[in-house]
Amino acid sequence: MSLEELYKEVILDHYKNPRNKRDVPDAPLSCHRNNPLCGDEITVYADISDGVVADVAFQGQGCSISMSSASMMTEAVMGKPAEGALAMAAEFRSMMAGEADPSEDEFGELVALKGVVKYPIRVKCAVLAWDVLQEALQGAGEAAGAQPHAL
Amino acid sequence: MSGQRTEETAPPFDVSRIREDFPVLKREFAGKPLVYLDNAATSQKPQQVIDALSDFYTAHNANVHRGVYALAEEATTMFEAARAKVARFIGAPDPATIILNRGTTESVNLLAHSYGRKFLKEGDEIVLTELEHHSNIVPWQFCAQATGATLKYIPADENGILDLSRLDGIITDRTKIVAVTGMSNVLGTLLPLRELADAAHAVGAVIAVDGAQLVPHTRVDVTELDVDFLTISGHKMCGPTASGGLYGRRELLEAMDPFLGGGEMISEVFHDHATWNEIPRKFEAGTPNIAQEVGLGAAVDYLEGLGIDAIREHEKEITAYAMSRLQDAGARVFGEDDVEQRGGAVSFSYKEMHPHDLATILDEQGVCVRAGHHCAQLLMRRLGVPATTRASFYVYNTKEEVDALVEALAKAEGFFGF
Repeated sequence: MSLEELYKEVILDHYKNPRNKRDVPDAPLSCHRNNPLCGDEITVYADISDGVVADVAFQGQGCSISMSSASMMTEAVMGKPAEGALAMAAEFRSMMAGEADPSEDEFGELVALKGVVKYPIRVKCAVLAWDVLQEALQGAGEAAGAQPHAL
Repeated sequence: MSGQRTEETAPPFDVSRIREDFPVLKREFAGKPLVYLDNAATSQKPQQVIDALSDFYTAHNANVHRGVYALAEEATTMFEAARAKVARFIGAPDPATIILNRGTTESVNLLAHSYGRKFLKEGDEIVLTELEHHSNIVPWQFCAQATGATLKYIPADENGILDLSRLDGIITDRTKIVAVTGMSNVLGTLLPLRELADAAHAVGAVIAVDGAQLVPHTRVDVTELDVDFLTISGHKMCGPTASGGLYGRRELLEAMDPFLGGGEMISEVFHDHATWNEIPRKFEAGTPNIAQEVGLGAAVDYLEGLGIDAIREHEKEITAYAMSRLQDAGARVFGEDDVEQRGGAVSFSYKEMHPHDLATILDEQGVCVRAGHHCAQLLMRRLGVPATTRASFYVYNTKEEVDALVEALAKAEGFFGF
């Protein structure tokens, strides 16, 4: 199995069997955003306890890239210090900009999304969940349902 | 070619010969020939239009309406000839009723500003449809916010079919503007424009038609349709980007305020005010897109050479074939079934695949389609989908290209294992 095929398997697995995809109506932190390009939408819910991501979940609809990225993200940041989750969001964006090349040890399954760099228009899909996570953690998304990019 | 041609002068509609006119169609991507099915976004350009642009810059470039020298006279003559061609193409008897600008978005903004803000007030209503492109919604929202007028929508059902049975309740004596698309950019639906124009006029309203998708594909005659305004997007009809314009009934254009202020649109400027030039120049502030509009003139010549009725017949044939093949392949095709009621924009969903994923995989097969909400989020909500995949056809598309699309769908299905 080639690396590309392996990555494909990982992405499709998370797309078809998303982890932590559930509504958390009373989550202390949440943020909703859409991708104006394609109409994808995502809400990220988070609960920070003692500076640690005690719970994180997402809900939404979108393409394989956006949904698998969200699913992998929840697994990657669950239980991590909030600061570490934010640093990971920054690192993920760098990876999708082709500016960083994190190893599998650092990034786990998320490296499967590296291939998306080849499709510049799809990078936004991969990054969407991470942007929303960051806003949720920073409290910028208190007004869940606000859509900064309404068009 | 099964259709009847009505132009006596038009040559036979020979798609393989037409394809020779479009150099980009010779390109290959990943070793596969380009299959360009995103014509509702923008059309490709024939060599004749590319040459017209190049010729203008090579031999005739000068600013228009100003210079007293021969070169400027040539440029002006060419620019005004383009205006006359556009007028003739849409059945407008007077070229002065054609404002040349960047196309539909600019034209709707112009209307919403120069007509809307001048003539609308609180309690007035603007009637749109749920099929509209955002460019025929958002400028009217600006207008409504500025004037206190309200927006009403002719509803679409879950398949994107407009419910025109209760127009009486929607177009009322409060209606001042009916702003509708001539052809849906998502579904290809053709609207009954004459019927809507009559309904608007019966209550003293004006009708403005977004012609971005209509004008490139069907015969349009503003006099027969009795529409008050029609927008034209040159880049969707073989013309350069940023070419196009707005047709308006003379007395309306004359009564409207200017849109942008600047050079050329004035008659006289004083310290504290100015007076306006005659139409159309009242609405053409600054240096216009001279070369692009000249290129649009060449595009009109090109389309007339093919014969607009022959183009429509060709697209009906391709569209019917595409709808049938897509449905056979298991796709859900949205909108009207009857190609008499629709043009060649075909939106579909395929199995459980997200349009974005589908479009990426089709791209690897050299097939260009659009995936997304197509700037029509109101319609997407009606259809109950966040996005669709859209194939849209033009003069150079073939049944073989539809086959390539359907074969690429099968590959995508294999990839995702649905």
